[in-house]
Amino acid sequence: MAGAPGAGIRFEGVSVVYGKNTVLDDFDLTVEPGEVMALLGPSGSGKTTALRAVAGFVRPASGRVLIGGRDVTGLPPYQRGIGMVVQQYALFPHMRVADNVAFGLRARKAPRGEIAGRVAEALEMTGMADYAKRYPRELSGGQQQRVAIARALAIRPKVLLLDEPLSALDAQLRSGMLAELARLHRELPDVSMLYVTHDQVEALTLADRIAVMDKARLRDCGTPQQLYRSPRTEFTASFVGNANLLPVTVGSTGTVDFAGTRLSVTTGEAAHGASATLCVRPHLVGLGDGPNALRGTITEVQWRGSTHRLYVDVAGRRLKADLRELRESPAPGDEVTLNFAAEDAVLIGAGVAHA
Amino acid sequence: MLVHSRRGRWASWAVFFGLALPVFALPLGVIAAASFATHWSGVFPSGPTLDNYSSATRGESLQALITSLVTAAGASLLALTLGGWAALSAAALGKRGRRTLEALFVLPVAVPSVAVGLAVLVAFSKPPILLNGTPWIVLIAHTVLVTAFAYQSVSAAVRRLDPAYEQAAASLGARPWYVLWRVRIPLLLPSLNAAAGLCFALSMGELSATMMLYPPDWVPLPVQIFTATDRGALFTGSAVAVVLMGTTMLVLLAVSRIRTRATYR
Repeated sequence: MAGAPGAGIRFEGVSVVYGKNTVLDDFDLTVEPGEVMALLGPSGSGKTTALRAVAGFVRPASGRVLIGGRDVTGLPPYQRGIGMVVQQYALFPHMRVADNVAFGLRARKAPRGEIAGRVAEALEMTGMADYAKRYPRELSGGQQQRVAIARALAIRPKVLLLDEPLSALDAQLRSGMLAELARLHRELPDVSMLYVTHDQVEALTLADRIAVMDKARLRDCGTPQQLYRSPRTEFTASFVGNANLLPVTVGSTGTVDFAGTRLSVTTGEAAHGASATLCVRPHLVGLGDGPNALRGTITEVQWRGSTHRLYVDVAGRRLKADLRELRESPAPGDEVTLNFAAEDAVLIGAGVAHA
Repeated sequence: MLVHSRRGRWASWAVFFGLALPVFALPLGVIAAASFATHWSGVFPSGPTLDNYSSATRGESLQALITSLVTAAGASLLALTLGGWAALSAAALGKRGRRTLEALFVLPVAVPSVAVGLAVLVAFSKPPILLNGTPWIVLIAHTVLVTAFAYQSVSAAVRRLDPAYEQAAASLGARPWYVLWRVRIPLLLPSLNAAAGLCFALSMGELSATMMLYPPDWVPLPVQIFTATDRGALFTGSAVAVVLMGTTMLVLLAVSRIRTRATYR
């Protein structure tokens, strides 16, 4: 479905207020044409509000929303030319699949002869061609979501908005649909996608860039690799990848001090004596003596099949360690030593320069 | 299940029938029995006959039945249009506006229907709108009385309607009117349907307001029943009442058979 050249999305200082509640605060973000941008954040972080501001279902108290360079802030939803897919599918229950997919084309008064072809094309893309005559209630959740995607794509939007599209599906279907969405994006390189999710795996898998949101604000934005490997804020570090955060004091070059233990890490240009946060991913923590050894007491053990998750109390801090399945499961109360490599730790704050 | 033990269940059924039968079923049975009788001096009616029915389905009575059917159909249609329209508009209003509208529409139910009848009579007995003595005044009174019910059931359905449907439609480029016709009304059809049945049944049985204002050439069936029994023709009146009951139930049955695709949601 090659279309006209792509259109990006741009938020310029967008604020949305409900009564006294600011649900989106001075939001700035640019989605480049053809880019997949994930809005990642916990519930209530304002990510869905941002998406709805693009769709036209909430009116910003201030700021502008632009689609393809055109200011759409005052435009009603039906004039914005967007495709939207929501969590609960919202397929029209009184219409067959083909009529659902044709809805946007008919509403826009597309030439009659063109509709059948484009409906077939959209259903083909989503692998739902065999279900054209069914009613939505006769389909499974995953199939309904495919139809919803086909319905949004049939109008050939330049911008596709996806609001937690996989949240209602079970885990197995979700990873399948994730691959499908990635394929659709490869087939439709001009379509910009804004993908709202609270699931970091979806965001990391699908997005070209991720915007991390919390408490109505944009906290961080970057490629998945940037956010995961060198998070700029504690919130990003803990929300993307569930990192351990240790309060440390920067010592001489290449060392930090954590509760009296000297750890060697990459300190960059951090000032001597400054307070900072050390971020270590749970799966990069090892068991036993090593370069950066921390002794502690196990407080909880979770066996997760292929891994053991240990919660270890180290100097009053709760550390998480994901270890490859241990032959002998340790027990709460056991004393253990954890270690991590210097290059696996990232220092946050304290004027740390970032690459 | 509220009552678990078998004996308890039997007891509760017995109590239910003991109360429900004499209050609800028995009077209807009595009418049915009376409609086939010529005398009723003992415990049971006597002199079985079909004469009551032949007079109940001819002449004035037949005319009255048609009058009632036309009035009820007209009033239901008007009530559904007005009530449905108001319910859809109310959904877009704020809380206060919705409350006000709701109160306004419930008013004719709260006010005794005799008063509503009188009010309509007085209002339309003088120019500029002079409808006294025409069928229209009956139609108006019935519409005023049943619109409340249409409004109530449609607005309940509108509130239950997931806004995701209309938003999906709007995002696909559908203008508000298109969304209304293609999405919202089809999804509301089951409740519009139910509301139509309710309005029809209420209008078919309306007597007190109608008594205040019916013109001599537009006598609905309930009035016919009342005048028949009033002049002592109890058995003919019973037969007419059974005809009214039967016709109403047939129409309701037909309305409930209209299944819409949205019913299968």
